[in-house]
Amino acid sequence: MRKPVSFIMIILFAVLALSVYLALFWGAIKITPFGPGNDISRLIIFKLRLPRILLAIFAGAGLSVSGVVFQALLRNPLADPYILGTSSGAALGATVALLLGFSSYYYGVPLLAFVFALLSLILVYKLAQLNGKMSATTLLLAGVIVNTFLSGVITLLMSLNRKELYEIIFWIMGSLDQTDMTLIKTTGAIVLVSTAVLYLYSHYLNVITLGEDKAQTLGVGVETLRKILFVLVSLIIALVVSVCGMIGFVGLIMPHIGRLLVGPNHKVLIPVSGLLGAIFLILCDVLARTIAAPIEIPIGVITALAGAPFFLYLLRRKKTSIEYEV
Amino acid sequence: MALISVNNLTFSYSDNRVLKDISLAIEEGDFLGIIGPNGSGKSTLLRLLTNLLKPGSGSISINGRDLDSYSLPNLARLIAVVPEETLVNFPFTVEELVTMGRTPYLSFLDSFTSRDREIAYEAMNKTGIFHLRHRFINEISSGERQRAFIAQALAQETSILVLDEPTAHLDINHQTEIFDLLRNLQAQRRLTILVVSHDLNLAALYCGKLLLLKEGTVFALGSPAEVISARNLESVYRAKVMVTENPAAKKPQISLLPKI
Repeated sequence: MRKPVSFIMIILFAVLALSVYLALFWGAIKITPFGPGNDISRLIIFKLRLPRILLAIFAGAGLSVSGVVFQALLRNPLADPYILGTSSGAALGATVALLLGFSSYYYGVPLLAFVFALLSLILVYKLAQLNGKMSATTLLLAGVIVNTFLSGVITLLMSLNRKELYEIIFWIMGSLDQTDMTLIKTTGAIVLVSTAVLYLYSHYLNVITLGEDKAQTLGVGVETLRKILFVLVSLIIALVVSVCGMIGFVGLIMPHIGRLLVGPNHKVLIPVSGLLGAIFLILCDVLARTIAAPIEIPIGVITALAGAPFFLYLLRRKKTSIEYEV
Repeated sequence: MALISVNNLTFSYSDNRVLKDISLAIEEGDFLGIIGPNGSGKSTLLRLLTNLLKPGSGSISINGRDLDSYSLPNLARLIAVVPEETLVNFPFTVEELVTMGRTPYLSFLDSFTSRDREIAYEAMNKTGIFHLRHRFINEISSGERQRAFIAQALAQETSILVLDEPTAHLDINHQTEIFDLLRNLQAQRRLTILVVSHDLNLAALYCGKLLLLKEGTVFALGSPAEVISARNLESVYRAKVMVTENPAAKKPQISLLPKI
């Protein structure tokens, strides 16, 4: 049964604090928080680990809340920006921006990532509709196809542009290895604000899980709502992908755990999922840094290894495969 | 003046004319059953009446005002719709689902008030599902779920209630329960009820008026005794039937006759 929301929020904040503590002082170089500090440990903590933690918090929260919104809007608990190709769209946009030389402009990469993410999301949404109906299966298939196509284009661009190979690989594998604090702060701020705006639409997200027709007969302007939500999630995905590359499955697993904890009401599901996403990504990053230290494993690998089995588990459950109208 | 008036309504899906020149008037307090074979335009008419589709030509007006001139929330305070498909993919509680019926009264950034809660509670009481309020909507029976959606529609506090095949997936005991409930609501709240039904016997039993559609046109409109005749049904459904009188309810009742 569901526990009181305030209780769960307190626990989650405590776990978040613990995770931050762990991530600050644990790594290839062990640092004791209370020992005599020196310049090197201070450097490691403030210049290397703190930026990663901040990045993990906003990327994790942003991806997780985007997943929540995808699932409500598409009425499908299996929807997720990574599986449906929105992240690939953003990565392709970032790659194109890089190859066109836009990366010297500060906003070139995120801007093109945003445009491509939005277009791929609209494309999947349109492809998934057959005769005005959308089924869980066609949606996932459309996502997989678009995802495969976009990944193919990225690989093509990679093989044609060997010079930028490593920068492109960064977007495909996903990493929190980013030390540019200004970049982290601006993208972080935009992601958190967009997430907060999504929160304001909580009630409408609840209603839209009943279907677009039902939502409209309850007085909700579905067309406008869908546009606003598509733009906001694409913005979040594009910024996260531009800064940390593609990190999959956060938007699938965290909302699911969130629903188990507090139920589907978005007023509580959004903050809870956001916190869960932040905690999850901090811990995944600790793992990525430490299990093969001093080699760092891409964080996208860790989330995929955890996420893919989880996706299969959800897929195998009977309840999620119902047909429904859009 | 009629509550709802439909004038020369036409609608096509691409080049397929689904509704042809439909005109009718629905009075306040009517309990109207919309019947007709598959493809006769029942659901399309319902979607037009609830503004989910826009007329190709002709017009629909409620209280003398064109349907299009209402804002979405204002229309949702006037017409509530219980859809045919009531499956929900997410585990909302019955109470959460019913309270969503208050959405048309909620402005952006507002939260539900205790008044909204009272109204939702009353709606659950009326529909006999108050004891289920903490249960998950995807874990109750389809009859109970149907009631939950009717409760949600009641929480909308509209004067018109529209239902699309409300008994399609229900056992006979639940079928009569739902229609008994509708008739009570119509009597107590002066609701105007429009219901699409495949079940001619149920519709004849409960509805005050029936609208029989054939290939997108009005074939007959009137009391069940006027509309349900062997001749009408044979020419619309192309099926051999015998119409007798339900001895208890004094309403027409249809018996199917096998061809061989």
